[in-house]
Amino acid sequence: MDRPLTQNIRADRDFATLADYRKTGGYEGLRKAVTDLGPKAVQQWVKDAGLRGRGGAGFGTGLKWSLVPIDPAPDHPPYLVVNADEMEPGTFKDRLLLEKDPHQLLEGIAIAAYAIQAQTAYIFLRGEYRLAAERLTRALQEARAAHYVGAHLLDSDFSLDIHLHTSAGRYICGEESALLNALEGKRATPRPKPPFAVVSGLWGRPTVVNNVETICNVPHILRHGADWYKGLGRGADAGTKLFGASGRVKRPGLWELPMGTPIREILEEHAGGMKDGYQLRGFLPGGASTDFLLPEHLDVPMEFDTVAKAGSRMGTGTIIVLDDKTCPVRMVLNLERFFAQESCGWCTPCRDGLPWTVTLLQDIVEGRGRPEDLDTLAGLTRMLGPGNTFCALAPGAMEPLQSALKYFREDFERYIFQNRPLKEAV
Amino acid sequence: MSATEIDEINAELPHYEDKSAVSIEALKIVQKHRGWVSDDSLTAIAEYLKISPAQLEGVATFYNLIYRRPVGNTVIHVCDSVSCWMLGGDRLRDKLCRHLNVKLGETSQDGEYTVLPIVCLGACDRAPVAMVNGELRPDLTDNIVQELLGE
Ligand code: SF4
Ligand code: FES
Repeated sequence: MDRPLTQNIRADRDFATLADYRKTGGYEGLRKAVTDLGPKAVQQWVKDAGLRGRGGAGFGTGLKWSLVPIDPAPDHPPYLVVNADEMEPGTFKDRLLLEKDPHQLLEGIAIAAYAIQAQTAYIFLRGEYRLAAERLTRALQEARAAHYVGAHLLDSDFSLDIHLHTSAGRYICGEESALLNALEGKRATPRPKPPFAVVSGLWGRPTVVNNVETICNVPHILRHGADWYKGLGRGADAGTKLFGASGRVKRPGLWELPMGTPIREILEEHAGGMKDGYQLRGFLPGGASTDFLLPEHLDVPMEFDTVAKAGSRMGTGTIIVLDDKTCPVRMVLNLERFFAQESCGWCTPCRDGLPWTVTLLQDIVEGRGRPEDLDTLAGLTRMLGPGNTFCALAPGAMEPLQSALKYFREDFERYIFQNRPLKEAV
Repeated sequence: MSATEIDEINAELPHYEDKSAVSIEALKIVQKHRGWVSDDSLTAIAEYLKISPAQLEGVATFYNLIYRRPVGNTVIHVCDSVSCWMLGGDRLRDKLCRHLNVKLGETSQDGEYTVLPIVCLGACDRAPVAMVNGELRPDLTDNIVQELLGE
């Protein structure tokens, strides 16, 4: 079984029911955790497995769990929150796991909650994911009835309730501390850090926030062990990952592949290469807030540190492909419009800098660009870069821009000096 | 607020540590029943949750899926993010708007359709994509009018 995350996802059925899920060992990981292992041991298993967060940041999951203080006051247990607020443009991986195999997520939640001794877990789900909400609600009922969730689950002394919260929509809710404000019924502005959520999060209690795909790995680690899990990866990172491709490739889609799969394999074998008549010009490896890479980077393996070394980030692992007939300047304009609109407005560089970025890009593509605009844009990428804003939205927004200025400079210049795009643009 | 709305809001209360945390759920519940959140609804919810109307207004206007203006019976959200844009999403959206004789954000004269932009719907492998009353409509083509309105 080398595709644990998607083993229950089959073309001949809509989604895996509880019975389907049980057939492949479902909830045996949870049983092992609560009957044979203590919370600390579960943390250690996940640490040993080398699981890193699949939301984009790649933080060690077991390590994150171990930062939760062991609270002697049983009336103030920590919270577990699952970030199911998939809103990064170009990203469509969690939707599959949520819609097709909801019990895998629920089992993962129960194990993770046990590891940090949380008695309440929230699933923070994107409001638009209505089908996912329906299936999760149904799966939760089944899991409660079967005693996998609830008081003294599986006759252990561990009790857990899981609540599904559907969001009202805003990209910034994906930021951990903004998400917690949203759960508390407030505007989703990020919180100052420290304190970090693992110490003081939801209503001031220690809170672990994990991404959907991260949590879905957990049951398999418990069932088959850390060594097995590490062996799934092809390079430095452990396990498998959902990789995807969108844009003008022959077969846009999503595939579960070993960590460390080269980008070329994803784009050429799985996505079938470019559509006829189009050439690969570049790509964003992991969503809207990652730096462009070029065809020369195709042999980079998809794992956290190697993609970083190539000058970008693996991010969410869903690749956005830029073809030779799409104008990179306009593509960046589309991305920056998104970030400007979704900025929460809390800090000045982001609130003012992103609309300014949009104005400059718009001027350029509409023929009003001036030579000095390129320096101004480069200046903005520094001003909105890491360390100058309250959260990672603004630096993330600058990643595609700074790399486009580097790799596609002649496209910008052609607009400014000759008032037309370099290539036949969309 | 109606008895049903109050019941549904009350059902959410035990899941959260305090009453004000239910504000987003409450706005969504009222909107589900009335189509949008009017000033009167907003005040009523604020009173019920014991928070100030200004605070609730701050919440209501922050989130994309809460409507503070009336919308048509059918709300069409067209994705305007990168993968859909690349595959012609904007052009198809303009075509739909022309057919309905509305600008983005407006409701058609007969009060039936509202067209709104939305960020990436997480279905980029099936771009361009829209959502009609919450239901995903992927793989849109030049036949967008027929595909979304069934006309
Ligand atoms: S960087 Fe942007 S999104 Fe983040 S806190 Fe500042 S204004 Fe808000
Ligand atoms: S960009 Fe439109 S669904 Fe992702």
